[in-house]
Amino acid sequence: MLNEVKEVITAPIEVAKAMGITLKQLLRGPVTNQFPDEPAQVYPRFRGRHTLKRYENGLERCIGCALCAAACPTGCIYVEAAENTDEDRHSPGERYAKIYDINMLRCIFCGYCAEACPTEAIVLEHDFTLAEYDRWDAVYSKERLLEPNNPEYLVVRDDEVFVKAKTWSNK
Amino acid sequence: MSQQTVQILVDIVKLSIVASVIMGIFVFILLVERKLIGRFTRRYGPNRVGPFGLLQSIADAIKMMLKEEMVPGHVNKIVYVIAPGMALMSALSVFAVIPFARDTITLPLESLIGFSVILTPWVADVNVGVLYLLAVGTLGSYGIILGGWSSNNKYSLLGALRTSAQMLSYELPLGVAILSVVVMTGTLRVTEIVEWQTQFAGFAWLAFLQPIAFLIFFISALAESGRAPFDLPETENELISGFMTEYGALKFGLFQAAEFVHAMMFCTITVTIFLGGWNLPFLNEILSVLPSPIQALAPVIHVGIFIGKSLVVYCSLIWIRASVPRMRFDQLMAFCWKWLLPIALLNLLVTVFVLAIIAELLGLW
Amino acid sequence: MELTIFIITAVISVVSALGVIFNKNVVHSAMFLLAHFLTLAVFYFMLNAQFLGMVQILVYAGAIVVLILFVVMLLGEQLGEDIPRWVTPTNGVLVLLALVLLTIVGTAVVEHPTTGAKGDFTPELIQEHGQAEMIGAVLFTDYILSVQLAGILLLVGIVGVIWLARNENLPVIAGDIPTEEV
Repeated sequence: MLNEVKEVITAPIEVAKAMGITLKQLLRGPVTNQFPDEPAQVYPRFRGRHTLKRYENGLERCIGCALCAAACPTGCIYVEAAENTDEDRHSPGERYAKIYDINMLRCIFCGYCAEACPTEAIVLEHDFTLAEYDRWDAVYSKERLLEPNNPEYLVVRDDEVFVKAKTWSNK
Repeated sequence: MSQQTVQILVDIVKLSIVASVIMGIFVFILLVERKLIGRFTRRYGPNRVGPFGLLQSIADAIKMMLKEEMVPGHVNKIVYVIAPGMALMSALSVFAVIPFARDTITLPLESLIGFSVILTPWVADVNVGVLYLLAVGTLGSYGIILGGWSSNNKYSLLGALRTSAQMLSYELPLGVAILSVVVMTGTLRVTEIVEWQTQFAGFAWLAFLQPIAFLIFFISALAESGRAPFDLPETENELISGFMTEYGALKFGLFQAAEFVHAMMFCTITVTIFLGGWNLPFLNEILSVLPSPIQALAPVIHVGIFIGKSLVVYCSLIWIRASVPRMRFDQLMAFCWKWLLPIALLNLLVTVFVLAIIAELLGLW
Repeated sequence: MELTIFIITAVISVVSALGVIFNKNVVHSAMFLLAHFLTLAVFYFMLNAQFLGMVQILVYAGAIVVLILFVVMLLGEQLGEDIPRWVTPTNGVLVLLALVLLTIVGTAVVEHPTTGAKGDFTPELIQEHGQAEMIGAVLFTDYILSVQLAGILLLVGIVGVIWLARNENLPVIAGDIPTEEV
């Protein structure tokens, strides 16, 4: 009984505290990222959609070795190589990838392909808007994977922000 | 047309105006609630449809209406269809006795139809208005109970059972809290209760004179309208959606509307009975020194004040919803029967006692 | 005007009363009962007895029928579906008793017509003081004994329910889930 009386006396104080906390949060304003209007912020090591990189002189890094396809645990990468000729040069080496398809419905974004790549041609970049109206559109062709295709709606946080973000708690 | 017929017609028009305005405000308040609850949790709330998301509720309403009206095969059809309407009806009918302003307006139509038509800022001034508030307010539980039962679904039934138990229990402290107000004002007429609170330059708000009754009424009203932290009828984590589980499309929308209108109803009752209704301190004094064109606007000012106060009370409901977690059912019942009701009764007893002593001292017997 | 409203309400009232009896679904019966109580309230309003009408809605429509529905839901809807037929000796005796009651009430009404105002309570007086006040004054002076007795009856009921609902196996009071000591 005494305990209950104590509870009844302390309960309004607790409720008042709770309401104070919510009021404080109300006054601090929203933290929501207004995504399509504002750029979304991702962390540097965020693994999104793949990008096929190029050298500075514009040549493709990919040499069509298909090691990424071998490393892929879900088998979502399909590579078909072709020989480079002097008239039709895509990459510095002998061969280049004629077809390079990634099925994004299968991909689990593990990053093994990037690890396996000998020329660092394939990198998991930060794009995450992978919704499609058609299933077949989810199979990304080489043209859609090749640089430059960095979307403007993304901002990569620098590590400083990442450190600052740790102070997000309500203290 | 006789005078009686005209008055009845006027009343019908007023009723439909009040009902439509309430539904209009409901659409607005739905947005206010979603936006505020978003801000409390540091989100924006709906802001994509129209400027500042103002059209979100309308978009939702249109969506509800365009959805397929479906009646599941295993339900009790008649009761299933009636239930949402009953829920909304009772919540809406309460607004009939709420006085939105003080002054009646007389339309001088003698030359046209032979008599003048009196426009009152309330639909009906029942001389047992407070009882009407309680009586019609309680009918709201039928929609929920019958909806839950007719759905023929375990979760719905459990939700409905909980609701009926909760509503029956919390009606008692609610009634007793209002009773102490009635004892103080000495009238059951809602307009007179509001008029009583204009004493002392409008400072005689019953929330100040009866703080305990006010608190008990407020808590019970939260429970009666099934608002957080007393929203046990529809605990999502235990009962899916309670009595609403088997409902969809417009019928679901009606239940949702009933819930919000119920909460709005309790806000207006709180304002009317405890927070001085359409009055503000010194309002009458200020109005009396102003020039007469402004004085003629008094009803509009009153209605504005009334709606503003109700909104403030509603925002406090949202604030509570954002802050306090849901109660457990046994806590809910124990809280009502072990604390609210005894305290309310004690408060009534003390009120009567003090009033009797004051009356004795002043020689009012 | 008044007569029209009365006839409409009376028809609804009688039909819903019959619906209560002849419906095999208990919840439907309860709903008819609710409609019946509401029409009774309308009758009270038409007799200018707003207080009684409101109490009728508050107590009967608002609480009693809810309790009935509550019990029906707890016991299940099959309540009443096992009625085999209407013509039984018990029902015959009940109908006979009902007829006797009807005769007594009818005789009383015919012999002692209660139209018009009774006692000192003129419509003007009621208008001036309000119905609740008048009823309260009468209840707590002339009929104080009946009020007290009714109160005691209710108290006995409450105590009885608490006694019935107690759980002998539990050392704590029911509903008091033991919480961890802080």
